[in-house]
Amino acid sequence: MTGLSESKFAASLQRGAFTVTAEIGPPRSADPHVITRKVEAVRDWVTAVNITDNQSAVVRLSSWAGSLLAIAAGVEPIMQLTCRDRNRIGLQSELLSAAAMSIPNILVMTGDHPKFGDCADAKPVFDLDSVQLLWVARSMRDDGRLLSGRPVDPAPNWFLGAVENPFAPPTGFRADRLAKKVTAGAQFVQTQYVFDLAAFTSWLAQVRDTGVDERCFILAGVGPIMSLRALSHLETAVPGVHVPPDVARRLRGVPSSRTADEGMALCAETISALREIPGVAGVHVMAVGNEYRVPQILQLAGLSPAADVGRPPAGTHAPAAGVRVNGAEHAH
Amino acid sequence: MADRADAGQGGAAHRGLVARHAPTNPPQPVAPLMPARWMYRLHRMMAPNRTYRRLANWLEVRRRPERLFTAAESLIKEHIFGCRMCGQCAIPITGYACPMTCPKQLRNGPCGGVGQDGSCEVYSQLRCVWLTAIERATSQGHCADLLLVQRPVDHRLWGQSAWIGYWQERDELAWTDPA
Repeated sequence: MTGLSESKFAASLQRGAFTVTAEIGPPRSADPHVITRKVEAVRDWVTAVNITDNQSAVVRLSSWAGSLLAIAAGVEPIMQLTCRDRNRIGLQSELLSAAAMSIPNILVMTGDHPKFGDCADAKPVFDLDSVQLLWVARSMRDDGRLLSGRPVDPAPNWFLGAVENPFAPPTGFRADRLAKKVTAGAQFVQTQYVFDLAAFTSWLAQVRDTGVDERCFILAGVGPIMSLRALSHLETAVPGVHVPPDVARRLRGVPSSRTADEGMALCAETISALREIPGVAGVHVMAVGNEYRVPQILQLAGLSPAADVGRPPAGTHAPAAGVRVNGAEHAH
Repeated sequence: MADRADAGQGGAAHRGLVARHAPTNPPQPVAPLMPARWMYRLHRMMAPNRTYRRLANWLEVRRRPERLFTAAESLIKEHIFGCRMCGQCAIPITGYACPMTCPKQLRNGPCGGVGQDGSCEVYSQLRCVWLTAIERATSQGHCADLLLVQRPVDHRLWGQSAWIGYWQERDELAWTDPA
């Protein structure tokens, strides 16, 4: 396998460090400072940031442009790429562009259906699925070939990732599905929000049974529920998110002025618990709209700033390191 | 892949009784009408042999019989599986539940948006077709099929007979062992 060298995120995982990434949602505007501010808020605490690709099927600044802004702000990006909006021509073009701009990490997913976004009348593309897209990206890198068979020279050098939702039915097939993605090319996986540790552990046991945990790094998705409104939104409106009753009860059991604190405490406890589970290589913090709270959560979880991660000074164009935020996109 | 497409274009320029493009109505999960056990048996009866190959050869060079054959195939498969005539049948390795009826047309397994009750992310009143597929394949001891990686759909094959393609043994290119 070529080219893990360029990705500091990959290097951190290979070193065996508990690696933290955070999700950064690009704005619904052309304001670059939104990304810069969010990236700066988490910069000292994470190895890389996930830049989402029109998450929840809502129109936003693109993930490659967001990735460049993250690089400029001094953090290595993980560029998310969904199958929802482009056919195989557009997807391969996007991948080539990412390589040309030295974006070192790519996270591939199917993507939410347009029905959930701000253009419900859009044509859903889904020309490739996530397994096929991973395969295409891996062939570009390892064989130096496009889907058409034409050579790509120089071959790109990405660290490739996938997502998985351990909590969605059929739970007995979710480990196999990850195995399929790893076969197709995934080297790391970030999961949907973990609120149900027991279900996560049982999925992880199945993953271990297939031996896939030795071929791919597993980062557990976490995130704080900051309000009761966010809680009901997660429970009802976000596909693929499972909030178990005891978590909901705990958040509803405190005065509303303390929901945010309780949500962050819960998230920190989850991170601490995940750290103790063998096979969990790190966490991916999805604090949608609350990115500035990420350092506080990580501190509560007993983590320290990822200061050892070498990264170029802000403003240079070399790739640095990263994580991701939007739960909805995550699981697909 | 190229061979397959070229082969499919024999007489592809004409208008048939079946549209040669993806249907414009959005795909919705369909639970097959026929039990999985019957389908695995029926399939064995349809396995390529000299007779079928001769029939396929004969059909491929005759416009009208080929159109009629394809229309009949389409009617039968639409009734049983909700077939959309993608022309490259995936169902032998998906428990005979058609993944092209998934709203995202995923050919390699369910998305992460399946509801806790097994409902489709897009049509919450319908059951995820991949849940149906996995259940059917597993019940017949075919769960290893689900690990095969399905290649991207060749969109030039819409509206063409998958049976003719199968008898001509072009289908094998549609999926591969996860080596």
